[in-house]
Amino acid sequence: MDPKLFLSASRVFIVAGKGGVGKSTVAATLVTAARRVGLTSLLVETDGKPLLVGGAGDRGLTACTITPAEALAEYLDSSGLGRISRRLVTSGIVDVVASASPGIDHLLVLGKVKQLERGRAADVIVVDGPAAGHALTMLRTPRALADSVVVGPIKQQANDVLGMLNDETRCQVVLVTIPEPTPVNEAVETAFSLEENIGVRLAPVVVNRVDVHPPIDIPDVLAQDSAAVRAARFRNDRIAGHARCLDDLSRRLPLPRIQLPLDTHATLADRTDQLLGAIENLEGGAP
Amino acid sequence: MTRTHLDQTLANSRVVVVAGSGGVGKTTLSAALAVRAAIGGRRVAVVTIDPAKRLADALGIAGQTAIGNEPVRIPLDDAHGELWALMLDTRSTFDALVDRYSPNADQAQRIRSNLFYKNISGALSGTQEYMAAEKLYDLNGDERFDLVIVDTPPTRQALDFLSAPARLRRFIDHPVYRIVIAPSSVGLRAVSAVSQPVLRAIAKVVGAQALDDALAFFRAFQGLDAGFRQRAHDVDRVLHEPSTAYIIVTSGQAEPVAEATYFVDALESANVAVSLVVANRLMPYFGGGDISLPAPLAGNLRELADERRAEESNLEVLRTARPDTPWIRVPLVPELVDERLDTFASLRLLGRALGDAD
Ligand SMILES: Nc1ncnc2c1ncn2[C@@H]1O[C@H](COP(=O)(O)OP(=O)(O)OP(=O)(O)O)[C@@H](O)[C@H]1O
Ligand SMILES: [Mg+2]
Repeated sequence: MDPKLFLSASRVFIVAGKGGVGKSTVAATLVTAARRVGLTSLLVETDGKPLLVGGAGDRGLTACTITPAEALAEYLDSSGLGRISRRLVTSGIVDVVASASPGIDHLLVLGKVKQLERGRAADVIVVDGPAAGHALTMLRTPRALADSVVVGPIKQQANDVLGMLNDETRCQVVLVTIPEPTPVNEAVETAFSLEENIGVRLAPVVVNRVDVHPPIDIPDVLAQDSAAVRAARFRNDRIAGHARCLDDLSRRLPLPRIQLPLDTHATLADRTDQLLGAIENLEGGAP
Repeated sequence: MTRTHLDQTLANSRVVVVAGSGGVGKTTLSAALAVRAAIGGRRVAVVTIDPAKRLADALGIAGQTAIGNEPVRIPLDDAHGELWALMLDTRSTFDALVDRYSPNADQAQRIRSNLFYKNISGALSGTQEYMAAEKLYDLNGDERFDLVIVDTPPTRQALDFLSAPARLRRFIDHPVYRIVIAPSSVGLRAVSAVSQPVLRAIAKVVGAQALDDALAFFRAFQGLDAGFRQRAHDVDRVLHEPSTAYIIVTSGQAEPVAEATYFVDALESANVAVSLVVANRLMPYFGGGDISLPAPLAGNLRELADERRAEESNLEVLRTARPDTPWIRVPLVPELVDERLDTFASLRLLGRALGDAD
């Protein structure tokens, strides 16, 4: 499908996946891809981690970071509690008492994302979410709070965020995984849980680092314990393993798939080409 | 030196904490280290804070032995030592603490049925970390074990558990906490406490109902705080003892390496030295090929060597940042990726790889 159509199908894409699957790289690639097709884009980092190797700043991307503490301070400010808020936050007491409403920090971060979205901070806002298990907790929070808190600003905030999460033109989740059994299992579980419990729309799942090499023919005449043969076996194992996992994924998860190749030397520009190519290969009109 | 650095760490530590970012192999390595130490003659308890069932899988006992909050013995026929495993249950650990420090069953009951308590004693971050430290302290004092290996969850919070006892102490000592609990001694109800400006502000954020529950909890908690404070102090001491070793695990990918660098820095600023960095799941070295090789095989050798080079250059970031930290490199074991082998056999494979790697 047309990449521009694809990327403007939703204003926010929350990228979720386990550390090491390339979640941050995929997020940065989405941001660049959006720019490539003429859309303005913003990268949002959520857990205050150090900007990674070749971080957003280095790559000339527009980026911002949201941490729960800052989101909380800002929220307190906007509730007219500016003076007292700093003391509350630095004393750590809010941390403890906020435990009474578990997940309030997550809600505040999502609230801030929603604010960026409402304010049309960019055509496409890409959120580099927390690691998979945590992403789930984070995204479940608004529903839980909307159900359990009866009145007040938290209820309001939770409902507003839910409004964003449940509207596919405003927000979609991009799950990133790699073609190995454990990450695939986790992606499948996360996907079902997201759809069932939160009702958030899932964008095509990104399978990163796929070995797309054809199997290597190993002639019998070669010494079977030579380096070349061992390496070829290793590679063939990996190729077969990836194919099995992709198979497994498509059987268990009825979502379109974007595959990105395992490519050690790819630059951000290369990855952007690869992503745009994969999007073009997706079937259908608007997702 | 006859022993590798890894084996020295396993032989000389009473506690080994394994941390690192998601999916790098912390759980698998914790299990492999535990097996290795048990074979070497130590009585080991491996505890996972990760609620996922991965430890049972890694130990190959899924479906046979349930791993719960109490240690279970895992049979190992060729071990000189013993292997035990358990999975942290935050709630029951917290319950046990409340029971221990409550002057009477009635107060314990009042705390346990409080809504705020139910919330914080679940799997909430913060509490979970503190309970992990707590469990570790308990196991450390348990006569049955001489080594405790802790498998941490894949988040930044893995480090929060280092500071959790101190945070708890700071909280109990906090003037606001005094305000919060003060009224009960003169018989006032929560409503009056909420009229304090600070509490009004909090109520505005978390909701009045939540705050009321919290206040009721802190009142019920009174009298327990001295015990908790002392306990937090003791737990903190164990975390900083020289016999507690920290092992950071990473893969060769850029993101986990950046995370590992962050972990090492964060530990250092908490005055804790990292004993060992394990670079796990690295592309194996196959060696060179000769010029007569068919092109696809030669090309493959080159590409795999390239992948390893890319990993090494990612790892270089951490290496230059921390030139003095000891390292081992562990190759990717294909049987482990696919979870093909019987897991115990693969743990031994990994254990061997660990031993050879130093
Ligand atoms: N040296 C290795 N070679 C190949 N595969 C490995 C190796 N070490 C671990 N694995 C595999 O990597 C996957 C992730 O391992 P594991 O669950 O131990 O990681 P973790 O760091 O505990 O993950 P999480 O962050 O989710 O807790 C598992 O499938 C495991 O079998
Ligand atoms: Mg684990």
